[in-house]
Amino acid sequence: MAGPGEAAIRVQGLSKSFGPVRAVRAIGFDVSPGEIFGLVGPDGAGKTTTMRMLAAVLQPDAGEIVIDGVNVAAEPERAKLHLSYMPQRFGLYEDLTVSENIFFYAELFGVSRNDRMTRSQQLLGAAGLLPFRRRLAGQLSGGMKQKLGLVCALIHTPKVLLLDEPTTGVDPVSRRDFWAILYDLRESGVTIVLSTAYMDEAERCSRLALLHGGAIRYCDTPSRLKVSMPGALLAIPATDPRGVRDALTGKPGVLGILLMGDRVHVRVDDAARRIPELQRLLAERGITEASVEPTEPGIEDVFVALLGQGSGP
Amino acid sequence: MFERLSVMLMKEFLQLRRDRWMMFRLIVPLIIQMVVFGYAATFTVHHVATAVLDLDQSQASRSLISHFVATSRFDIVDMAENRKQITSDIVDDRAVVALVINAGFSRNLENGRSAPLQVIIDGTNSNTALIALGYIGQITAQFSSEQEGRPVALRVGSVSPVTGIKLEPLPWFNEGLNERWFFIPGVIGTLTLLQVVSLTAFAVVREREVGTLEQIMVSPIRPFEFILGKTVPFFLIGFGDIALVSAFGILWFHVPFIGSPLVMLAGAALFLMAAVGMGLLLSTFSRTQQQAFALNFFLLNPFFILSGFAFPIAAMPKALQWFTLINPLRYFLVIIRAVFLKGVGVDVLWPQLLALALLAAVMLTISVLRFTKSLD
Repeated sequence: MAGPGEAAIRVQGLSKSFGPVRAVRAIGFDVSPGEIFGLVGPDGAGKTTTMRMLAAVLQPDAGEIVIDGVNVAAEPERAKLHLSYMPQRFGLYEDLTVSENIFFYAELFGVSRNDRMTRSQQLLGAAGLLPFRRRLAGQLSGGMKQKLGLVCALIHTPKVLLLDEPTTGVDPVSRRDFWAILYDLRESGVTIVLSTAYMDEAERCSRLALLHGGAIRYCDTPSRLKVSMPGALLAIPATDPRGVRDALTGKPGVLGILLMGDRVHVRVDDAARRIPELQRLLAERGITEASVEPTEPGIEDVFVALLGQGSGP
Repeated sequence: MFERLSVMLMKEFLQLRRDRWMMFRLIVPLIIQMVVFGYAATFTVHHVATAVLDLDQSQASRSLISHFVATSRFDIVDMAENRKQITSDIVDDRAVVALVINAGFSRNLENGRSAPLQVIIDGTNSNTALIALGYIGQITAQFSSEQEGRPVALRVGSVSPVTGIKLEPLPWFNEGLNERWFFIPGVIGTLTLLQVVSLTAFAVVREREVGTLEQIMVSPIRPFEFILGKTVPFFLIGFGDIALVSAFGILWFHVPFIGSPLVMLAGAALFLMAAVGMGLLLSTFSRTQQQAFALNFFLLNPFFILSGFAFPIAAMPKALQWFTLINPLRYFLVIIRAVFLKGVGVDVLWPQLLALALLAAVMLTISVLRFTKSLD
C-alpha cells in the first residue's frame, strides 16, 4: 500500500530494446495518487512499450517499476490485482455479449458476485451502455466498444489505470463520456497514466511527460510546460496559410511555423520587435493588412517547440 | 487457480455454444469423411475396361475369355479385329487392359506346349495396373489348371512361368481382407488429429489476433492456467470425435471392436495431449489466423501421409521413416487398429503407448515454453 505522500507509481531507469532498436532509454518518473499523468509523443516515441512494461506484460531489460508499493518485476501477479491496462484496442470477445465480457473480466480478477453486480450497473450507467447489456460486443460501435473496454478494465476497482491511446478513433461524444468517467475516477483516488497523440487530450492531464526517441525530454504540468516554451507565439489569421508560411520561413527571429487551419502560429524570439517586421514581410508578398497578434500557446505549440528541432535539455 | 481456470473454461464453452455453426463444423465433416472413406477408399479393382483380340478363334480361346467375363473384375468393351485397334483402345483410354490370344493358342494347348497369352496394360495408374495383373494371373492359373496341366504362359514383357506352388492364404484378424476394417479405424485417428490440432491452433491465435490474449495476461491469471483453459475444451472435443466416429464405424460399417475400451481410452488420451500440444506449438508460429491456416495445411498433409494410414511406413525411405517417429498419428493408428481388430492389450501395445506419452510430454513442454516466451 502506498502511504500518504508516497508515489502511486515510481519508475526508475526503465529501458527496453527490440534487437538494435532502443525503444525506451532509461526513463524515470513518479506519479502521485490521484494524478492523471500523460505520456505524450509522436508515433514510435516509446509510449506503448512503456505502457506495456508498466502493465507487466513486457519484461524490461533494465530498471524498476513500483506500483502501489509492489515491485512489478518481483510480484507481477500481486501488482496486476490493483492494476488495469487498456491497450489501444481493448481485447473484447466479439461473440460474447456486453454483460458476458464484463462477467469474464470480473471473474478473472476474482471480483465477488455482489460487487460485480453493483459495480457493473454503475459503470455501464456512466458509460451509457445499460440499454446494450445483452448485445454482442461485436455489434457495438467503435466508441461503445472502447467504453465497454473501459468498463471491463475498471470492474475490479483498480488503484492504477493505464490507458494506451484510449480515444484513438472514438467519436467526440463518446470521448467526452470517456473523459467524464476518467475525472470521476480521479475523484475517487484512482491514479491514471495515459498515453496520447492528441494535444487537446494532453491538455486535460495534470502532468505530462514529453517522450521522444524513447527518452523523456520534458516532464511538467501543462501550464508550466507552456511557460517554459522558448520565445513568444503569434497568431496570423490567413486565407492562404501556405503563402504566409512561405513568406516567413527562414526569416530572422522566426523560430518555428505551425499551420493551424484558418491561421498560422509563428514562434518568434521577441514579440514586440518582430510584429511590425512580419507585417512588412507579408505586405511585400502582397498579403496586406494581416493581423499579427500574440496568442496563448497550446500544448501542440509547446510540443513542436520543445521537440521539433530534436533539441533536448 | 481453480476459479480462474473454471472461468476460462466457462468462457470457452460459451463461445463454442454461441457459434451457431460450430456444432455443424465439428460433426458434419467427420460424418462426410467417414462415409467417403468407408465407401470410396478401396484398393479393390472392379469392372476393368478390357479389349480382346482373339486371333485363334477356337473353343479354347473363347473359354479363356469367358473365364474373364465370369468374374466381375473385367468388362469386355471391345472385341478387336486387329492389333491396330487394340493399340488405339489403350491409347484412347477406351480400355485399361488388352488381351491378345495369338493364332495357334488351342493347338499349343492340345500338344501340351506352353500357350502364350499377351497382356497389354495401361500403367498410368500403377496401382490399378498391378492389382489387375494379379487378377489376370489368378484367372489364367485357374484356366490352365482346368486344361489338365497344360499351362498358359502369361507374357507381360518377360515371361513369368506358372509354377506348381499353390498358395493358400489364411488371413488373421480380418478374414475377409475387408479394406473397410483397415481404413475406418485409421480414419478415426486421422480426422481427430486434423480437427483437434487446427481447432486448438485457431482458438489460441484468435485470442492473440483480437487482442484478448494481451488483455487476459494483464489479469492475475498465469500463462499455464490460460493454456489449460484453452486446451482442455479441445481435448474433450477430441474425445467426443473419437467416440462419435468409432460408434459410426462400428454401427454403420460393422467394423468389429474386440479389444478393451480402456486401452483405447488410454491411447486416445495420450494421443489427444500430443495433438493439443501440436496445435499450441503451431499457434506460437502464427500471428494471424491466416498464417495458422496456411501452416496447418502445410504440416498436416505430411503427418497424414507419413502415418501408415494408407502407405506402409516400412516401404518409405529411411529419412522419412525417422520422421514418422515424431508423428503421434503413427502410434495411435497402430493402437486403434490393434484394439479394434486384434483385441490386444497393454502387454503388446506398451511401446506405442510409451512413445505417445513421451511425444505428448515433449510437445506440451516445448509449446508451453514457446507460448510463454511469445507473450512478450
